[in-house]
Amino acid sequence: MIRRTVNFLDSRTGAVPFLRKSLRYIFPDHWSFLLGEIAMYAFIVLVATGVYLTLFFEPSLAETTYTGSYKPLQGLAMSEAYRSAVELSFDIPSGLLMRQTHHWASNIFVAAILMHLLRVFFTGAFRKPREITWVIGLLMLFATLLEGYLGYSMIDDLLSGIGLAIGYGVALSLPVVGANLTLGLWGGPFPGDPAFESRMYVAHVFLLPILIGTLMAGHLALVASRHHAQFKATKRATERKLVGMPAFPAQVPRSLALMFATVAVLFLLGGLVQINPIWQWGPFEVSQGTNGAQPDWYLGWLIGSLRLVPGFDVTIGDYTLIPNPFWGGALFPLVVMAVLGAWPWLERRFGGVRGFHNILDRPRDVPGRTAFGFAFFTWVALIFLAGSADRATVFFGLDYESQVVFFRGAVIVAPIVAFFVTRRICRELKRGEEIGVDKERAEEEAEEEAQEAEREKEPAPA
Amino acid sequence: MSLRRLILAAVLSALVLAGAAYAQPKNGVVRPSGETKLPPRELGSQLYAGNCSACHGIDGSGQRTPRKTTEGIEGQGPSLRGVGARSVDFYLRTGYMPISEPDEQPVRRRPLFSDLEIRALVDYVSSLPPPGPPIPKPHPERGNLAEGYELFTENCAGCHQVAAQGGVTTGARVPPLTDASAVQIAQSVRIGPYLMPRFSERQISDEELDSIIAYAELAAKEPVDEGGWGIGHLGPITEGMVTWYFAAVVLVLVCLMIGRRLRA
Ligand code: HEC
Ligand code: HEC
Repeated sequence: MIRRTVNFLDSRTGAVPFLRKSLRYIFPDHWSFLLGEIAMYAFIVLVATGVYLTLFFEPSLAETTYTGSYKPLQGLAMSEAYRSAVELSFDIPSGLLMRQTHHWASNIFVAAILMHLLRVFFTGAFRKPREITWVIGLLMLFATLLEGYLGYSMIDDLLSGIGLAIGYGVALSLPVVGANLTLGLWGGPFPGDPAFESRMYVAHVFLLPILIGTLMAGHLALVASRHHAQFKATKRATERKLVGMPAFPAQVPRSLALMFATVAVLFLLGGLVQINPIWQWGPFEVSQGTNGAQPDWYLGWLIGSLRLVPGFDVTIGDYTLIPNPFWGGALFPLVVMAVLGAWPWLERRFGGVRGFHNILDRPRDVPGRTAFGFAFFTWVALIFLAGSADRATVFFGLDYESQVVFFRGAVIVAPIVAFFVTRRICRELKRGEEIGVDKERAEEEAEEEAQEAEREKEPAPA
Repeated sequence: MSLRRLILAAVLSALVLAGAAYAQPKNGVVRPSGETKLPPRELGSQLYAGNCSACHGIDGSGQRTPRKTTEGIEGQGPSLRGVGARSVDFYLRTGYMPISEPDEQPVRRRPLFSDLEIRALVDYVSSLPPPGPPIPKPHPERGNLAEGYELFTENCAGCHQVAAQGGVTTGARVPPLTDASAVQIAQSVRIGPYLMPRFSERQISDEELDSIIAYAELAAKEPVDEGGWGIGHLGPITEGMVTWYFAAVVLVLVCLMIGRRLRA
């Protein structure tokens, strides 16, 4: 039966050699190689749940009156978009489960990408011949951030409205192009033309998913064609020889297990832990706001940077050349993106190591990169933390203004400290290992000598 | 060596800080002896003299200028004449008063006075002329939730957060409304404690206030958590924590488990 199916397919597609090759594709044996797969499976869940949501969500700012089952909103005027999202949550079977799973999946998608990125960075997996794979990965990350932002912005609840207002301010602050860009995108001053809603929708359900999917396909194709990089786990693993397990029967079941685990975690969260309860935030109106409005976690670093940049505008006479939000909201992410994107080349240029690299570094083996990476991510992480300083005030009573001062200092000092401490630790670890190896060898030799001495002392057998 | 000294310095400064925090004056209250036997007005008068007069003046007319005494600067507080039972009851039942420093923000805590003492103090202070407003009697059950939601987002959410979970404004921590009773909400809207603005009946009528209370109590105390565990009704911050501390940890553990070759 199986044979017949295979024959049928092969004679019509000629796919068997390809299939055979992919089943024999070798995967190196290390858990950290699975982090990227979590992202892939989260993406699949995102697409699947997203399709369900499109069946009920109405991307329209046309005004309507709420008559659904959530009491505090009954009789209020709101947009179709918001109404349909609330109705989806309360009155459509599985609607809330799908919405929440979708949202959790987006949070975890980005988290998995970030963990994967850190693994790739600290093991040097981005080096030749994998620079393009790395850059595609970064593009995917940034496309994902935008995708997530549009996703919760188009619901038109109070939080999304506040988020859009901030986004509008940042876009407007771009030097030279800002005014025209916002006019083009929003179709008018904030909150913009009703058509803006459909623009977000088209980008969210069509353009960006296709972009992300294409980038992902390219990313995976490149990984496969260059083959995986590997740790030097055994002596057999070399720059030219990949040691690991074949896709089938080893890696495929493993990967499937991971898929089930990811889907399980996402749906469990979606069913049991409330995320973005839009009915509690209420519909957006320009005149209204709320204390403690925050973006989803993966944009928290931008809120942090907007808060930390001291308030100043670059002006020429009366004309504001560069309004303040530019620094934190636009320049900062661009710098992060640029540094990460250029890193493989920076390292080749200044690290001096050229040529192909199929063997991964352990972080301690390259103290310079590891120290830089640690400093860099400490910097971003501190700015991220500063984004939630207001909650620290509410929960722990820390004074808000002093926190801002503290973070302003910390984002400069901590990375420098992190750099030197990390470099030191890497070097110590390596030295410890070398000493360990020497010690082992010395001990072995001493043992042998001792045995030899014993043997000599033993009286010759009569 | 230098590292050891650094650690020592860190430990020492931590101890000093902890000590400073601990050494803050405790809010002990002074009580007359044989409290239960005193008539209420007399009890109130004595409690007032012992605990409040340093800041609010012997006759309740307030103290604008700090006064030097042998024990350092004695506090200052606004006049309590005419604030009425509405205000005294609120400040005492929330534990806002007495404070230890005149410039600190009163915060909610377990009241330092017993119910009997509070009634006596309220009675005494509100007996000082001129007469002030009584303790309000709100009727949240007559309120309209949707109207309450709208008024709350317009007037209160900018400080108290739309789900009444609190926040910060320049110069003050804004408390969540999870512990405030209906009466206390009504009182605070009319009084405007600390940096909170006060709302007159022209700005928010009593009927509208009922709606606000109905909504605020729902949002803060019985929010509709259709989606499961509410994780604090704060939105993205706690959601991000669940993402990292739960989901990411579990999935990395899964990777660790299945990513290792079983060796027989
Ligand atoms: C400018 C910001 C601001 C606005 C607007 C505001 N509040 Fe407040 N509110 C505060 C602050 C600050 C406190 C804490 C006062 C203190 O510590 O003495 C407070 C305290 C309260 C308390 C007492 C809470 C407790 O448990 O200690 C209640 C109840 C309250 N507000 C209700 C409201 C309502 C209802 C509205 C809208 C009509 C409102 N507030 C508007 C800032 C604000
Ligand atoms: C350390 C000084 C201090 C002490 C002691 C103190 N208060 Fe106060 N009190 C203040 C200050 C300062 C304010 C203004 C705070 C505010 O605006 O919320 C205040 C405000 C008040 C108010 C609100 C007045 C209004 O305008 O509505 C009342 C009522 C009050 N105090 C009662 C008391 C009582 C009763 C006691 C004794 C149990 C007491 N206070 C002890 C300093 C003090």
